[in-house]
Amino acid sequence: MQRKPLIFLALISSFTFQVSSFALDADYYGFIDGRAGVRTQDDPYEDRRSLSEIRLQLGTTAYFDWGGEFNARGDFLYDDLATDRDDVDLQTGQGFFDLRELNLLFTPVDWADVKIGRQILTWGTGDLLFINDLFPKDWNSFLLGRDEEYLKAPSDGIFASFFPSIASIDVAYMPRMNPDRYINGKRLSYWTPVPPPGSIVGQNDPIDAEQPEDWFVDDEISVRIYRPFLSYEAAVYGYSGYWKNPVGFDTSINNYYFPKLNSVGGSIQGSLGSGLINAEAGYYDSQEDRSGDDPNIANSEFRFLAGYEREIATDLTAGFQYYTEWMMDYDAYLSSTYPDSARDEVRHVLTLRLTQMLMNQNLMLSLMTFYSPSDHDAYFRPIVTYKINDHWQVVANGNIFIGQDDYTFFGQFRYNSNVNLGIRYSF
Amino acid sequence: MKKLMTTIAAVALTAGVYAEMTADQIAEKANQAAYYAGQDGRAEVEMKIIDKSGSDRTREFTLLRMNTDNGNQRFYVYFKKPADLYKQVFLVWKEVGQGKDDSRWMWLPALNLKRSIAPGDKRTSFVGSDFVYEDVSGRNLKEDRRELVDTTDTQYVLKNTPVDPDSVEFSYYTVKIDKDTFLPRYAEYFDKNGKLYRTVEATKVETIQGFPTVTESVVKDLNTGGSTVNTFSNIEYNIGLKENIFTERFLRRPPREVTK
Repeated sequence: MQRKPLIFLALISSFTFQVSSFALDADYYGFIDGRAGVRTQDDPYEDRRSLSEIRLQLGTTAYFDWGGEFNARGDFLYDDLATDRDDVDLQTGQGFFDLRELNLLFTPVDWADVKIGRQILTWGTGDLLFINDLFPKDWNSFLLGRDEEYLKAPSDGIFASFFPSIASIDVAYMPRMNPDRYINGKRLSYWTPVPPPGSIVGQNDPIDAEQPEDWFVDDEISVRIYRPFLSYEAAVYGYSGYWKNPVGFDTSINNYYFPKLNSVGGSIQGSLGSGLINAEAGYYDSQEDRSGDDPNIANSEFRFLAGYEREIATDLTAGFQYYTEWMMDYDAYLSSTYPDSARDEVRHVLTLRLTQMLMNQNLMLSLMTFYSPSDHDAYFRPIVTYKINDHWQVVANGNIFIGQDDYTFFGQFRYNSNVNLGIRYSF
Repeated sequence: MKKLMTTIAAVALTAGVYAEMTADQIAEKANQAAYYAGQDGRAEVEMKIIDKSGSDRTREFTLLRMNTDNGNQRFYVYFKKPADLYKQVFLVWKEVGQGKDDSRWMWLPALNLKRSIAPGDKRTSFVGSDFVYEDVSGRNLKEDRRELVDTTDTQYVLKNTPVDPDSVEFSYYTVKIDKDTFLPRYAEYFDKNGKLYRTVEATKVETIQGFPTVTESVVKDLNTGGSTVNTFSNIEYNIGLKENIFTERFLRRPPREVTK
């Protein structure tokens, strides 16, 4: 088991090198990033230290005379808090190596592009809120204070884009489902409803959910069609696959799993006055529990967000969003769940992002606040970044959770509040 | 026929009396010379940002520009350096029609994300330099009223006053324009108290493929003591760019015109 990743790495490196030597030209880039963080309070089930790691990212892009492009990018990581450093799992990002990208991009016909392999995928209009973007996220990295780029976990599949004159069409096909790098208790404590009445757990009860593993059977497909509409950009979305978090519990194997999910949605964005406006909606069809009465599987949901962002003073930008999740078949859910820690039928969240740029944009102060008036909880995400010069950058950030109850979305993370310091050298 | 002759004579006479062009005509020609040379163009740009202590930071990018129709334009800026901006793209759709706003986007490759830049941010610093977003693609002529305040042997001097004073940080700016090439050579910006706080100067001009072209420009911020020097190289005009380069498709996969 420990040999496999090394052989794999050797293969990638030699492949990358050989591919690059056939190319017209190739670029190489990367960074070294060290970060350390601590919890600002004791967590009964987690370490006091929340982050202690150093990573080297190396990347290359090679361009071929036939028009193709090859991308490879990966992180070598020393994580002092990890218990399984040698056991590389490219799906979960566990271990000393995390492959971010390994793909080939080409144009088979004039009106289409195809990217095959491991890649980072994003779409949708929200700011740190995702409805129709059902590509994998790494919530551990996000809440622990790694760089924001690590919120996006890689997808393995084919991304094809078609450009007929009427609209642009993107189709992403992942032959084997790529789940979120979900909160599993190893690094962050969280609320679990089982056994009733539920409790906050962490390393005492880590989740290792049942992963769909059959290629071309446990697959996912995501589609986006977008085009200009008046002076706005409009998009419709469709998805068939799985909940990205293990929101199902299979009593036959006594483990969490990823129930099937379909979704449809739409979005619009553009400028309004001197600012930017966006709105997005989506319907999540929880295929395995359409009646909503199975307490072990998440119900269907309707989700909506709307946002507005503008500069309110020189180099000070404010972005406001309203976000809601409306659970379908709420009565059925309520009658089958433990009532004291039951979710509300409608969850409301407001976000405010303030960004101040100073010293020729070399110093950036940013505060993102999530506040839920229905859950009575909040998440504050301050970040200070200073670019010392063209190579060196230092960052300080915090992830502060408050809540009245243990079982609400942000409230469950209250023992994970943390502050971090990081330094990065880019080349 | 006689009447026509009289009219022509009258027009000729009038033209003779007002041989000097109007301020708007000069501004229009200067705008053409500075931003519209050729059908399209490409340049490599080194941007050196120097603070008052003298320490500097360098950005390197490739700039593509294409004229579409009715004076509209597309700009594509692909960053090569520094490392933390590598592969980022700044895209502009410049719309000069009445009631239209320019659209601007930034492509963030690590996040695979296209981020819109709010219209109100057009006077915000471009990647930390003393240039603003609006400088990359040119300020829309309809945003200012202007008058010809001076004419020397070699230059016209225009005073430009914003139509909407609240939309910008200056109260007015003056531009010296060369009579022979119509290239703007020196601009001075005055703040709301009438104090000079910013200058933009075209310090080097060369003729490339028959087009007089600024190959070095310097902007100074007199308040901060900082300055930014842009040096343009490998300039080419009429390279036959396709319009679809300036779309999301080519944000995701930068064209060879910028990566080589």
